[in-house]
Amino acid sequence: MDIVNFTPVPALIGGALIGLASILLLLLTGRIAGISGILGGLLPPTRGDTTWRLAFIAGLMLGGLGFVYLGDPSAISIEADTPLLVAAGLLVGFGTRLGSGCTSGHGICGIGRTSPRGLVATCIFVGIGMVTVFVTRHIIGS
Amino acid sequence: MGRPLVPLLCGLIFGAGLAVSGMVNPAKVLGFLDVTGQWDPSLVLVMAGGVAVFALGFLLVKRSAKPLLAAKFEIPTRRDIDPRLVAGAVLFGIGWGLAGLCPGPALTGLAFGITKVYIFVAAMVAGSLAYGLWMRFRG
Repeated sequence: MDIVNFTPVPALIGGALIGLASILLLLLTGRIAGISGILGGLLPPTRGDTTWRLAFIAGLMLGGLGFVYLGDPSAISIEADTPLLVAAGLLVGFGTRLGSGCTSGHGICGIGRTSPRGLVATCIFVGIGMVTVFVTRHIIGS
Repeated sequence: MGRPLVPLLCGLIFGAGLAVSGMVNPAKVLGFLDVTGQWDPSLVLVMAGGVAVFALGFLLVKRSAKPLLAAKFEIPTRRDIDPRLVAGAVLFGIGWGLAGLCPGPALTGLAFGITKVYIFVAAMVAGSLAYGLWMRFRG
């Protein structure tokens, strides 16, 4: 194992901002900032329960737009080709609904409120993600 | 829930956090998942920072009867580890490892004008819809 590209300070500051956004949403609106759940609640939309979801997603995209102008969007690199992206998207979409959450809902909010489900799910998807990268990069890819 | 301003600002801070931390870049996420290669541990600190701030604020939630702008907290109460949770986390982990994208960075990345992000998000929406259909037909 070689440790490269480690950016501890931006990682901690960015992480703190993610935690701040999540706890503000909960304290003010009573909602958990789980992105897969926020999106899933729009598929299909329920009357009276769409505005906050669309607003949150619009906010995310505004944050992304800020990155385009203030950050370095040329650094963004996606190696996967179209068939792999489709497979990955389907698995992420289906898996996060079946498992009731993703990196935000389980990883930040779940662990942050010491939920056993959040902790277990996070350990599983991080571990499986690591196995997947090992297989694709070092077994198939080598 | 007719107030869009608070969720909009929360989404904006969340997206800014993803951008500042570098998690909007799938290459950086895959660098974290590649433990046996050139490992980038940054994601551990993103999670640590996020969990720490959330956990501190959650002390306030526990002392509050209700949120400031809504009637009640909508917090999951289940604590059991069921097969669905495990299977869902496994499928999500495979998809995450294949592309380096999870839902937050994918939706934030819609602003980047990158075709690959649109393809991923379209497939992610299809996967989420497929789950809804599957739930409906299995009763």
